[in-house]
Amino acid sequence: MSGQNQAGLVLGQEIGAEEQAPARRPGRVGIGVGKWLLPVYCTLALIFLLIPIVYTIVFSFNDSVRTNISWRGFTLDNWLGVCNEPGVCEAFGNSILIGVSATVIATVLGTMIAIALVRYRFKFRAATNLLLFLPMATPEVVMGAGLAAQFLTAGVPKGIGTIIVAHAMFCLSFVVVTVKARVASLDPALEDAGRDLYGSPSQVFWRITFPLLVPGILAAALLSFSLSFDDFIITYFNSGAVNTFPTFIYTAATRGIPAEANVIASAVFLLAIAVVLIGQLSANARRKRAAIR
Amino acid sequence: MARGLFAESGADLKLVGVRKQFPGYTAVEELDLTVPAGTFFALLGPSGCGKTTTLRLVAGLEEPTAGRILIGGTDVTDTKPYRRPVNTVFQSYALFPHMTVLENVAFGLRRRGIGDPVEKAHAALRLVELDHLADRKPAQLSGGQQQRVALARAVVNRPALLLLDEPLGALDLKLRRQMQLELKNIQSEVGLTFVHVTHDQEEAMTMADTVAVMNRGRIEQIGAPEEIYELPRTAFVANFLGQSNLFGGTVAESGSGAFGVDVAGRRILVPIDRAQRTTGAVTVGVRPEKLLLVTEEPAPMAGVNVLGPGRVTDVSFSGVSTQYLIDVPHVGTVIVFAQNLVFGPVVEPGAEVWVTWRVEHGFGLADAPAASALEQAHEALVSGVEG
Ligand SMILES: Nc1ncnc2c1ncn2[C@@H]1O[C@H](COP(=O)(O)OP(=O)(O)OP(=O)(O)O)[C@@H](O)[C@H]1O
Ligand SMILES: [Mg+2]
Repeated sequence: MSGQNQAGLVLGQEIGAEEQAPARRPGRVGIGVGKWLLPVYCTLALIFLLIPIVYTIVFSFNDSVRTNISWRGFTLDNWLGVCNEPGVCEAFGNSILIGVSATVIATVLGTMIAIALVRYRFKFRAATNLLLFLPMATPEVVMGAGLAAQFLTAGVPKGIGTIIVAHAMFCLSFVVVTVKARVASLDPALEDAGRDLYGSPSQVFWRITFPLLVPGILAAALLSFSLSFDDFIITYFNSGAVNTFPTFIYTAATRGIPAEANVIASAVFLLAIAVVLIGQLSANARRKRAAIR
Repeated sequence: MARGLFAESGADLKLVGVRKQFPGYTAVEELDLTVPAGTFFALLGPSGCGKTTTLRLVAGLEEPTAGRILIGGTDVTDTKPYRRPVNTVFQSYALFPHMTVLENVAFGLRRRGIGDPVEKAHAALRLVELDHLADRKPAQLSGGQQQRVALARAVVNRPALLLLDEPLGALDLKLRRQMQLELKNIQSEVGLTFVHVTHDQEEAMTMADTVAVMNRGRIEQIGAPEEIYELPRTAFVANFLGQSNLFGGTVAESGSGAFGVDVAGRRILVPIDRAQRTTGAVTVGVRPEKLLLVTEEPAPMAGVNVLGPGRVTDVSFSGVSTQYLIDVPHVGTVIVFAQNLVFGPVVEPGAEVWVTWRVEHGFGLADAPAASALEQAHEALVSGVEG
């Protein structure tokens, strides 16, 4: 999913760049090379990024037998019977369950930590900041192996539980960073006004602080989910017999990836695009409505 | 504070020895202050003198380093802000960006469980002439409109004590006058207590029962507007509230009702009951509108002070009055406001004039003559000798 996410991200950047380029360098249009170099370069980059995705989607319709490498004709069978291939749907379900659990844990904890770090001065505040940075800086292999060793020492059997713990741990750092930026930009005078207008601490939090943090918290949750859904290395060390979608694909790759995996990958990609589009459209509509008023 | 009920009347506010220290900076030092219930109290002072900090202390948004705060006779120093019968119009407005204007105004009413919050919020918005924008978000309002929402949001709660931190600063003159009237109405109708911070001296003078001038975290003078204007006690107050002509001199004689000060070779009389100090080096002053310009040396007259001769250096017309700047040797620049009774200026720049004023209009300050004023006088003396 990360490849797809990145493609989406780069797509967005390219569109932004196209809009900005003429405004930024109005004087250089006359130079012949500059005129076509950027569009050609952008098109090539886009094609390069999109090919794997297009390939994945096209081959989800392939009438494959054992391997899904050469094109053997169009079929909808893969889409209609995704779960017929043993293991695919189970792995996908595991990934969803782990992603959602890790996201919930990391988002709740991370939001609380972010608020504390910005709003309060306490002992070990600097240490907490550093500690939260570590999972982002440590190579994943090292962290995966370290966690596995810890679980072994503690006698915890590997499985979905250990994967959730591991994922929640590294997602937490990203949540804190994302939400912290949002808390820092929140005007403390708003909470003062809430308290002045008879709001108890919990009312001020739920009616003022929290609604204003929601965009940051949502962004953090989305990031967490995609990080977790996508993770292979740390998962591989701590999964035991359980398969997530990435580990399933990895093991399947030696035998040939079943077309059903392509179906799920394509579906996830299309779903992500749809979510982004709906978000954009509704934001535009809201802006227009506001402008009319 | 009773739930679901408005305050029946205003509450008095008492600050006893209140001090507020921020790390490395004392914003408020030793504040002792009583604001009687139902009065309109104006707090004036230069930027950064601690006005907002004082209001935040009263609202409970800041904890005093020392001292007690009493509202309506109850010690609220340790009371949480949401339990104090106080509302604030914030200098930065602090409107909730995710709520509509109406929800902003209804916020306090809902928290206190007051009946008909929506209807009451609409009424408050009508008062500030913004009811037609009730469904907008604060970001879609102009600065002045936001300020009026902030005003409505606090006023709608009818608190026993309302704190207003420059609540009308962003409004045009007409709207400001109108809001002043509305505020005064609300205040006197229910008899609420208002503490009003403003940079507009006229606003403070016309609206307030009591004015306090604050400087560097202390209150320099407190009193009725006329009293504080006519009889400033310090040079700071004399120049912060309106303008003043200040002269340094030495007390040379002391009579029954007045004492004489030598200012640049002239004897200036100041009433004893209008002076803070009556011996040694003193600073005496008089308001520019109390001065009279004459073009011939006036004959000595009992009860009238004379300075001069001096030269008119500048004449500026400002509608109701004309301001003359007169350079009097060894004294410095003297400002005179003259009413425009005749068409055109009475004297032209360069003219030789004397200024006179009635003894009872003068005042004596608590400050020793400012070093700079003495220097100025010395400079004038030297250049006078050379020239
Ligand atoms: N949280 C804080 N930490 C440190 N210093 C502060 C803090 N808040 C205010 N101060 C300082 O205290 C002093 C008084 O501030 P205050 O906001 O009360 O001024 P003010 O009289 O309201 O000024 P203005 O007219 O500009 O609004 C200022 O010098 C300010 O820098
Ligand atoms: Mg202020």
